[in-house]
Amino acid sequence: MVSPNLEHLSDDARTGPVKRFLKATEIDSRLLGMIGALVLIWVGFHLYGGIVNGFAAFITPRNLWNLSVQTSSIGIMATGMVLVIVTRHIDLSVGSILGFAAMMMAVTQVNILPDILGLGHPAIWLIAIAVGLLVGTLVGAFHGWLIAYRGIPAFIVTLGGLLVWRGATFLITRGETIAPMDSTFALLGGGPYGAVGSTWSWVLGIIASVGVVFMLLSGRKQRKRFQFPLRPVWADTFLGVVGCGLILGFVMLVNAYPWPRGIVRQYAAANNIEVPDGGLFISHGFAIPVLILILVGLAMTFLTTRTRFGRYVFAIGGNPEAAELAGINTRWVTVKIFALMGFLSGLSAVVASARLNSASGNLGTLDELYVIAAAVIGGTSFAGGVGTIYGAILGAVVMQSLQAGMVLIGFDAAVQQIVVGSVLVVAVWVDTMYRKRAQ
Amino acid sequence: MEQQEKQTALIDLRDISISFGGIKAVDQASVDLFPGEVVALLGHNGAGKSTLIKILSGAYKRDAGDIYVRGEKATIANPRDAKDYGIETIYQTLALADNVDAAANLFLGREMLTRWGTLDDVGMEAEARKVMGRLNPNFQRFKDPVKQLSGGQRQSVAIARAILFNARILIMDEPTAALGPQETAQVGELIKQLKKDGIGIFLISHDIEDVFDLADRVAVMKNGQMVGTAKTGDVTKDEVLGMIILGKCPPGAIPGPGAIQE
Repeated sequence: MVSPNLEHLSDDARTGPVKRFLKATEIDSRLLGMIGALVLIWVGFHLYGGIVNGFAAFITPRNLWNLSVQTSSIGIMATGMVLVIVTRHIDLSVGSILGFAAMMMAVTQVNILPDILGLGHPAIWLIAIAVGLLVGTLVGAFHGWLIAYRGIPAFIVTLGGLLVWRGATFLITRGETIAPMDSTFALLGGGPYGAVGSTWSWVLGIIASVGVVFMLLSGRKQRKRFQFPLRPVWADTFLGVVGCGLILGFVMLVNAYPWPRGIVRQYAAANNIEVPDGGLFISHGFAIPVLILILVGLAMTFLTTRTRFGRYVFAIGGNPEAAELAGINTRWVTVKIFALMGFLSGLSAVVASARLNSASGNLGTLDELYVIAAAVIGGTSFAGGVGTIYGAILGAVVMQSLQAGMVLIGFDAAVQQIVVGSVLVVAVWVDTMYRKRAQ
Repeated sequence: MEQQEKQTALIDLRDISISFGGIKAVDQASVDLFPGEVVALLGHNGAGKSTLIKILSGAYKRDAGDIYVRGEKATIANPRDAKDYGIETIYQTLALADNVDAAANLFLGREMLTRWGTLDDVGMEAEARKVMGRLNPNFQRFKDPVKQLSGGQRQSVAIARAILFNARILIMDEPTAALGPQETAQVGELIKQLKKDGIGIFLISHDIEDVFDLADRVAVMKNGQMVGTAKTGDVTKDEVLGMIILGKCPPGAIPGPGAIQE
């Protein structure tokens, strides 16, 4: 099937091997570009560390494992920001909502519930999480209501929210930091005990691989049933092999990072295990926050591509008036989008405060900018109607890689800010050019 | 046309008024539409025809007046209500979501779902292929966002969306504006086909030839008021132009409140 708009391209472009490959596999060339940029960043930092500092530490299991944990909080929120930006809105308040929800959870589990249920009660962490998610959702829904039903621009509502909820966070405890969190709650932030270990990582990896193969097969079956054009078999095989390879590679990576010696000793003493001379190799496996991010990514991808709500979000972003005329209740959808953004901020608050095992008034400050940057680097367009969940998560990985890489090779904070800011602007510039050429 | 008088009108708009910021865009306008009939709404830009039609399709809320659908008073407060009455609209702007594909546009707001409540994209594409095959057999670009389609292809998507859900009443606001001669003829054929199926059509058009070719009656508006209505057989093209430009009602027409008194 040659579509008419390809006719003005040169013959090379139409039949070139790269083009043909991308067309057959239906891989987005933007996705390839982002993966290329990521590889460049990783290799660059690795080599820089090796040559200049004599210590190449970036592409090591330890660093990449930590990178995955650090990405979680921003990544979770970035998936929600995609929907917000796709509908031509913005949410500047996510960092403050995160801080506020984290503080509410901290107060719940440290100051309130132990008095009622007793310290270490098994329900404490669950109730605390429920409080955090509820607070986030309600705040987000309130913002959405002001935007959709009161006609206040999202920029203003969430700029106000940025200040209001940050102020409220400090007010709750008059600026005190609350710590430590409930011990089960703290596991959700990662760390040696907050990871699922080698065996479970393999189990999850294999389930995911089976899932990839199953999806490719059922996709073929569906298309065959309606006699739609099929992808070539080699293209589907290629996608399956690469997909499973990436998943199992990730499993091997997280399993290659062992517990630190001190933790192993502590663990061995507690469980009466003899530590052999060479030390005991206990793998971290996937960190729980990373699993949360992956789960959120899958759920949000499902939501945006397979449900009515997702379809409406993109239709509103493409042409708000047309969506309204088609009978979509655009205001209610807007409220739901911001409520979802609030919910995800609450979830990020769980991860972020559990990771630090504390909640301070500053938690989440400036996160909104990293979240927006992640979504935009991931290909979400401010013009509306365009954006993907996987793109936003990749964007978060890119942002976090830059950040972590610069810390690793010893750039000071001032330089870090300059680099991150510049990368954001350049990324959007490149994206704009790409879009112009694609038209 | 005698038997039509006895039939109940499919649509009866009575004394509809709406104003924007003190300006009466539509002022006490009345018009009706019978099954299998094409009524052309004519008038200059700003005469109020698009506004009147947007009230019927639920895009605007009227200030006064009543809408009767098949003899019963109807409440149309938003586009969903209108669609529930079987009123479908092809807007002049087409009102397509440019970033999604043809099937998604056809089913926008009324998506087919699988038994798990997820979008049935494959099913919707199959239906889209069916209806597009009827309108524009050459159309193959089901995977592209409609932004990338030509003007004519976009127009066929908009028309397909209107006829997909068994509309009883069709509103066409300049349906051939973006089309070439061949596609315009195709739309003309389609209108005749839909008429045979007993669908009532409001047609807004600037092309007086088109109107006389397709419409059974004309309704002319000027400055928000109805100049008059006439069967196309009872008036000449020049007389209709006189109604549009001067507001003068010829003997063959039934004058409305907007007709100048002589």
